[in-house]
Amino acid sequence: MKRFNKVFTIVVLIFLYVPMIVLAVGSFNSGMDIAVFKEFTFDNYKELFNDSVLLPLLLNSVIVALLSSFIATVLGTAASLGIHSMGSRMRKFTMGITNIPMTNPEIVTGVSLALLFAFVGTMLKVNNILGFATLLIAHITFNLPYVILSVMPKLQQMDPNLEEAAMDLGCTPVQAFFKVVIHEIFPGIISGALMAFTMSLDDFVISYFVYGPKFVTLPVEIYNYTKKPLQPKIYALFTLLFVTILLVMVLMNLLQARDEKQVRDNRRALRRKQVGA
Amino acid sequence: MSKELIRLVNCQMAFDDEIVLNDINLYFNDKEFLTLLGPSGCGKTTTLRIIGGFIKPTSGDVLFDGERINDVPPHKRKVNTVFQKYALFPHLDVYENVAFGLRIAKLSEEEIDERVTEMLEIVSLKGFENRKVSQLSGGQQQRVAIARALVNRPKVLLLDEPLGALDLRLRKDMQNELKRIQQAMGITFIYVTHDQEEALSMSDTVVVMDKGRIQQIGTPEDIYNEPKNAFVADFIGESNILDGVMLDDCLVKFFGRKFKCVDKGFEKNEPVDVVIRPEDIDIVKADDGHLCGTVTSVTFKGVHYDTIVDFKGFKWLIQTTDYHEVGEYIGIRLEPEDIHIMHKSEYSGMFGDYSSYSAEYDEMDDPDLYPEDEEGEEASEGAEDEE
Repeated sequence: MKRFNKVFTIVVLIFLYVPMIVLAVGSFNSGMDIAVFKEFTFDNYKELFNDSVLLPLLLNSVIVALLSSFIATVLGTAASLGIHSMGSRMRKFTMGITNIPMTNPEIVTGVSLALLFAFVGTMLKVNNILGFATLLIAHITFNLPYVILSVMPKLQQMDPNLEEAAMDLGCTPVQAFFKVVIHEIFPGIISGALMAFTMSLDDFVISYFVYGPKFVTLPVEIYNYTKKPLQPKIYALFTLLFVTILLVMVLMNLLQARDEKQVRDNRRALRRKQVGA
Repeated sequence: MSKELIRLVNCQMAFDDEIVLNDINLYFNDKEFLTLLGPSGCGKTTTLRIIGGFIKPTSGDVLFDGERINDVPPHKRKVNTVFQKYALFPHLDVYENVAFGLRIAKLSEEEIDERVTEMLEIVSLKGFENRKVSQLSGGQQQRVAIARALVNRPKVLLLDEPLGALDLRLRKDMQNELKRIQQAMGITFIYVTHDQEEALSMSDTVVVMDKGRIQQIGTPEDIYNEPKNAFVADFIGESNILDGVMLDDCLVKFFGRKFKCVDKGFEKNEPVDVVIRPEDIDIVKADDGHLCGTVTSVTFKGVHYDTIVDFKGFKWLIQTTDYHEVGEYIGIRLEPEDIHIMHKSEYSGMFGDYSSYSAEYDEMDDPDLYPEDEEGEEASEGAEDEE
């Protein structure tokens, strides 16, 4: 059974990562045919970095990802504080309805956002409302629950007396947040922001429904590329994208692991003290 | 007597229809060491949180120097708190924890340094300035918490079971330390505890609470010697509590015998509770005794023996330095001042019978049995609900 588990795990990992490996290998192939490895080359990358269409789009994607994750982090943290201070029944209810959008099919979210924007556009008598603003709003919308989801546990772990102690020592509630509470929940804020960033960077489905012709993000454009024969420079781009997101995810996990280790160490130290005493 | 500083007027507190404080009327004098004493869930922490400003009473007034402060938020009150679990700021070192309040008050760097250094000296933590608070022992964290509060020179220091998490030895040391600091700095301490010994040994005034009501207010001596009802008599020390009838001033009848006592002002033939402290009872030969009974159990307690004696089916606890064997038939003598008379109350008949005596006392004062102050938890939950 143990052996089966091992083999099975390896098979699963192969299924998960083989496509990426094929892509990565393809990005270093000098030939056009993905099935034949002709010669190792960086030409595809060179071509990519000289591309005047793809690079600005990548920049667009990064701008949207940075802005939307930043705004979502600020809003999400504020929302978490609000939810945290609710009574337990209200809190559970609110958490329930913030979590639903995450499980909602993206295409439904995308279509409904597009409809909403169309509606607002008609109301405001604006033609072509779709553009940077709508894209940004959509990204903030789907990022919010992820931020709340990672900040809330930190707030709940925090000793509620810490905030009171800060106020007791003369802090206004706002000061208490910036001088004490934020330090306690910072790991949650960071991992929420990173998660939001990656979600936003590679989002295609929702973006597809709310983007305007003047501001296109990379995933949307790439979708248009796939209708034509793919150029190898796209492989290079995908590889880079994959590596970037992989790095962000690894970073996030490292942060989390460090944080958990600290909690564990503190608890252990405390227990040692109690036993010692 | 020094002047009055804080007064609670008809304070009532309810969380979701559950009344945790009922009609609390209490005043605190300047420079006084006052202890709120009671079992878990008696409302003592809630009372403290009302004074600290963390919760608002459902009805009633909180007065500070004669001014109503119900709506004054915690950061504007001249009160500082030492929390039960210390609530030190983990991201700051010892020095910065203590300096926190002074930095908020925007004092000059020199003054901050001077006051923090002075304070760390007072709590014997010199040389620990740069330690992380997670590297400190419980007692050291405790002292940082006290320093952090006192460095702001508050008029009143609120302490919520500050020694609950410490072991016995350290607790005794810290008790003396706290008393010393209070006298040296000349400020009011309002101290919450469920440990009656702690309350008696440190306080100028003890307020005994149960079920959200004040049961008795008095000096430690008053509370011990003249308990008002069976709850106080039982909670503070050990007591034998018997049914009696007050025949006349200074004359009480129980166990079918008349005894002289020193209590007056009861109605004729009023049924009363009679309190006899176990250490006040003298054991004599059966023939010389006012009452006679058989020893049913003896436990060595170090300073004395806990001797349980059966008097006509009612078991008494007697603390004596003389050893009497199980089965021995003995007599006891009661002097008038050994007998304390109380009016009947809702607590009558609930305490003071040692028939189910085990070698352990009611371990109310054992913090391990009550690791969490449930009432405190409830209180914070409730406060959240309210907002």
